[in-house]
Amino acid sequence: MSTRLAKQGRLIDRSKQIDFTFNGKRMQGYAGDSLASALLANDQMMMGRSFKYHRPRGVVASGSEEPNALMQLGKGDRYEPNQRATTTELFSGLTAASQNHWPSLEFDVLSINNKLSRFLTAGFYYKMFIHPRPLWKHVYEPIIRKSAGLGEAPDKELKDADSYEHFYFFADVVVVGGGVAGLQAAKAAAASGAKVLVMEQNSHWGGRAPVDGGTIDGDTPDAWIEKILQELRGMANVTLRDRCMGSGVYDHGYVLGYERLTDHAPGQGGPRHRLWRVRASQIITATGAIERPLSFAGNDVPGVMLAASMRDYVVNWGVNPGQKVVVATNNDDAYRTALTLHEAGVEVVRVVDARDTGGGELMEAVREKGIRVELGRAIARVKDGPRVTKVAICAQNGEGGAQEEVEADAVAMSGGWSPVVHLWSHCGGKLTWDKEQAFFRPDPNRPPLGDNGAGFVVAAGSANGNLGLGAVLEDAAAAGSQAAEAAGFPAKSVAASKGVAEDEALMQPVWLMPAKADIKLRMKTWLDYQNDVKVSDVQLAAREGYESVEHTKRYTTLGMATDQGKLSNINGLAILADSLGAEIPQVGTTTFRPPYHPISMGAIGGEARGEIFQPVRKTPIYDWNDANGADWEPVGQWRRPFAYCRSGESRHDAVNREVKNTRENLGLLDASTLGKLIVKGPDAGKFLDMMYTNMMSTLKIGKCRYGLMCSENGFLSDDGVVARIDEDTWLCHTTTGGAESIHGHMEEWLQTEWWDWKVYVANVTEQYAQVAVVGPKARKVLEKLNNQAGGGMDLSKEALPFMEWRDGQIGGFNARAYRISFSGELSYEIAVAASEGQAFWDALMEAGKEFNVMPYGTETLHILRAEKGFIMIGDETDGTVIPQDLNLQWALSKKKEDYLGKRAHLRSHMADPDRWKLVGLETVDGSVLPDGAYAKGEGVNANGQQNVIGRVTSTYHSATLGRGIAMGLVKHGPKRMGEVIEFPGTDGKIYKAKIVDPVFYDKEGEKQNV
Amino acid sequence: MLILECPYCGVKAEETELASGGEAHLKRFGPGSDDEQFHDYLFMRENPKGVHFERWRHANGCGKWFHAARCTMTMEVFGTYAAQAYEPPQEIKDKITAKRPGWSWREFSDASE
Amino acid sequence: MSNPVTATNGAQFAGMATVADAGLQGMITLRGDLSSKVLAAAVKAATGAKVPAQRKIETSESGAAAWMSPDELLLLVPYEAAVATTAELAEALKGEHALTANVSDARSFFTISGEGARETLAKISPVDLSPEAFAPGDFRRSRTAQVAAAFWLEADGSLRLVCFRSVGAYMFNLLSNAAHPQSAVGVYQG
Repeated sequence: MSTRLAKQGRLIDRSKQIDFTFNGKRMQGYAGDSLASALLANDQMMMGRSFKYHRPRGVVASGSEEPNALMQLGKGDRYEPNQRATTTELFSGLTAASQNHWPSLEFDVLSINNKLSRFLTAGFYYKMFIHPRPLWKHVYEPIIRKSAGLGEAPDKELKDADSYEHFYFFADVVVVGGGVAGLQAAKAAAASGAKVLVMEQNSHWGGRAPVDGGTIDGDTPDAWIEKILQELRGMANVTLRDRCMGSGVYDHGYVLGYERLTDHAPGQGGPRHRLWRVRASQIITATGAIERPLSFAGNDVPGVMLAASMRDYVVNWGVNPGQKVVVATNNDDAYRTALTLHEAGVEVVRVVDARDTGGGELMEAVREKGIRVELGRAIARVKDGPRVTKVAICAQNGEGGAQEEVEADAVAMSGGWSPVVHLWSHCGGKLTWDKEQAFFRPDPNRPPLGDNGAGFVVAAGSANGNLGLGAVLEDAAAAGSQAAEAAGFPAKSVAASKGVAEDEALMQPVWLMPAKADIKLRMKTWLDYQNDVKVSDVQLAAREGYESVEHTKRYTTLGMATDQGKLSNINGLAILADSLGAEIPQVGTTTFRPPYHPISMGAIGGEARGEIFQPVRKTPIYDWNDANGADWEPVGQWRRPFAYCRSGESRHDAVNREVKNTRENLGLLDASTLGKLIVKGPDAGKFLDMMYTNMMSTLKIGKCRYGLMCSENGFLSDDGVVARIDEDTWLCHTTTGGAESIHGHMEEWLQTEWWDWKVYVANVTEQYAQVAVVGPKARKVLEKLNNQAGGGMDLSKEALPFMEWRDGQIGGFNARAYRISFSGELSYEIAVAASEGQAFWDALMEAGKEFNVMPYGTETLHILRAEKGFIMIGDETDGTVIPQDLNLQWALSKKKEDYLGKRAHLRSHMADPDRWKLVGLETVDGSVLPDGAYAKGEGVNANGQQNVIGRVTSTYHSATLGRGIAMGLVKHGPKRMGEVIEFPGTDGKIYKAKIVDPVFYDKEGEKQNV
Repeated sequence: MLILECPYCGVKAEETELASGGEAHLKRFGPGSDDEQFHDYLFMRENPKGVHFERWRHANGCGKWFHAARCTMTMEVFGTYAAQAYEPPQEIKDKITAKRPGWSWREFSDASE
Repeated sequence: MSNPVTATNGAQFAGMATVADAGLQGMITLRGDLSSKVLAAAVKAATGAKVPAQRKIETSESGAAAWMSPDELLLLVPYEAAVATTAELAEALKGEHALTANVSDARSFFTISGEGARETLAKISPVDLSPEAFAPGDFRRSRTAQVAAAFWLEADGSLRLVCFRSVGAYMFNLLSNAAHPQSAVGVYQG
């Protein structure tokens, strides 16, 4: 059993007991515990079940590389699945539950899969479920989703109770990793004056050096760490962040830091996670190394752990993982675990060393303690079960025969170490195979390249393949100076602290234990714990022809779990290489991609949630609209009222009321969203003649003209009314969504093509609140305002005719009035300062009472314009429509030699007489055509689909006419007036509509010109 | 995520301040051009692995368009320069030649070849 | 004529920094040749300030001139004077190729003050806001979360920020959220 030791535990505070629950059971731990160490202290070795076979699994590691101990943490709006027990700090009231089991952790129905494992080999899903297709969706997938999987998704009705944020930071040197290497490198870099940021993923500094022992500058590692931290904290140019994982390295020195602020103290207030978006000149990856498991049968039975992790539990948290431990190794480091265990009073049953020649002084030290060390030996198998009970030992260089069985309740294994090269590799840093130590290490000659073409990442310490304490510190000091110099700070040589640790004998690569293990053993030998991939699976993939490591990975799912193969990667590669008869470096690694360790979606989203999920653009009249029944419609990032619904009124009824009232009395539209661009300069007329298809340079001062814009390839992109303000100034109205894009479009042509033309453009859209005063009584209400104010601009037909504008005062407001109409009614669009917009609107509503004034929304705007046959950008156009399609030839200047789109209109497809053209459509029965419906043509196309001859672009119920009206694009449409064509709806009905003139109302245009 | 120095305001802008604008130094063909010229102007674009010239706009900044010369493979930036140019400045071409001898891109190339 | 109002109408939030609607501010967009003496004189007359250098703001007792781009300034004048000053500028620049526009009502204007001001802004803008990199008199246009903004630092350490009026409410909420009292980062403040 695993228990809390009476002594040890450098990270825990035994005076602070903490209560928590696991699977509903109350347990106790101490402040400083990880959830994993606390569970072990409560003899909870089994922490979950595996993904595919539902095998019982215990904790293997002590850090972020842990593949098994995934937990569902918290409850309700703070619930989160798939959290590692090893990276979860214990806090009072923590609730954890294991996952992927049913009905309970101890008794799991689906562990039957374990018995069926013979059939669930690599590529099983691909092979089994490819045919017949329907079975996949209805049978296989639901079953697999239930049986294979991680934690349960949070309740979709609940919102995450926490908040998150980003933080932008800039540093000369970012050091990822706060172990002794990171601290030493930071010191060296900071000495040169460079601004240094150090990120450490844990809440404690120093990495594993204090556990591994040795001395630094004659001190214990703990004492040295304390001293250097104090030094660094005293430097103004150094920032230290703990609980902050360097999660990814991206182009041009961009690093993400994932800071976990309140995970260890939920509900304390403030953001839970902060994503540091850091730009660094140089990055030092001092990310350490990860121990590799050994591949023997039963290496996944709870109680089998990485040797150094077992040592962590004893030293850091005062937990012994078992009473009788077998240590299996191919290197010297695992002997430290044997010594640590022995010192803690744990019986080390045996050290099984696969090397015939054994180790160095560490082995001798172990032998001196009276511990039995066997050389050239291997673990043949660990007996299956919920906990280690028996371990069979055999010769390493055999097939697993002649086993000796010993009793034990835990196994410490060490297959050697792999430098954490992830962050080096994220942005293209290349690796080299170190044959002697059997690992990939960063190739200093091929680092990731920055914007200046030089390397911007330096690996340091064991992440750089230097494993001994002395070598780690020397390498780190050099890395620090190198990075600072590369960041532009004159190198200041800093003497590395002197690390002294035991000399170690060479490790010996052991990819399979025993070396010639038979198939029965190999089928129980796990490579990837989390995704349940075994040695036999990778060998099968190789036999089936998978040679590329990337393909094998996807076929077997090796390394594709949430741990991204931190433990399994090299062992899997080695098996694949062996199966292919190739060398490991020839097979190569899979691609390392960020993040190094999963980060929360909340951190990625940052502040963007709730009210500030995205900007909502508001007009000056927004609040009034909101308080007066506005049924909001998003138009780009703007919100515009679709209609103003009165209490108890449906949307449809509101729209009909607004349409009728505007035609009969007086309507007000908040038109502030329309884009307004000032174009000014001696060449402004010439420029606008290029921008618009029609002639703008000849427009008289005081007058307005409707203009069309096309892109260079001829398609309609925007429209609006242009007003000539003075000799060299025009004001261009754009569509609601178009202000920024058309402004950008104009600037683009001015800056990049006609840069010698003297034209300036300014976007003044938001300077004004613009109100369309529409209807037969429009003039009356404005004149009333002027009368009340004791005077104002002359708004008569004579003084301000249709399609002209004037500046002046209306009702005491400084205003510009445009006589333009998008409704066909008498209409004034009046612009006042945005800051006075609400007051102006209020004045209109008040004065308009006697004229039965009503505000109207975008749907009424649409219906009014459709009744008049006016096109709408985005309805009648979709990026493939040209002015000719909409019968707008009149707006294409023949006098101008050039304008954007002119040349494109000559292309054969644009001039094709078979293009669909705009017509009006009237349903035979007066109903409303479905939006976007296609008109049926003769026969079928090459794919056997119904041929179509047109489509509906706008369709409404016209309250004015009491029937459905629509516009559409129809092949040869204008020549087919009166013809009835069919539109199949998605509701299965066929809608019949007659082709008519698109102007349904006031064809002569008398009403707008009064 | 790239950083490019805006030649107009001197800001080393990260990509979220910028908007990319496609291939640089296109020659506009308007009325009077033949179909092939116009087609190529509208649609034909370089897609090199290596040296490339692009247009960018400091959209969330000073609003100016500029040119960038960079390597699409290594992300190395050889330089940025004004939008008001028909071809890359000699200084940038020299810099590319020094780093990528023998380079060529459309009508431009290593002049030492 | 009524009392003009800002988009956020005097809103305030006090957290690790104080975020406040800075009220109505006269603002004039001026585009033209920034090296022109005529323009410099006109700017001086309008604001009392000289033409700023690249990415700088020049302040005087009555106004300020900020560098927006190589051919654009943002002039700050009293709100009441904006219409008249815009007209005077246009008159003064008559012979020049220039554009002036009163944009006072097109903007929202905020102050971010207190010890946490830099950190508040650094949460939403990809700009180095450390004291070494951003000092009083510096002026920067950039992105704040999902919208464009311009900001500068006053001599007293408080920040001024200008954005479009339509996103004034978004900006106020964004800044208030970033200034959450328990969210100090601790890199630019004690």
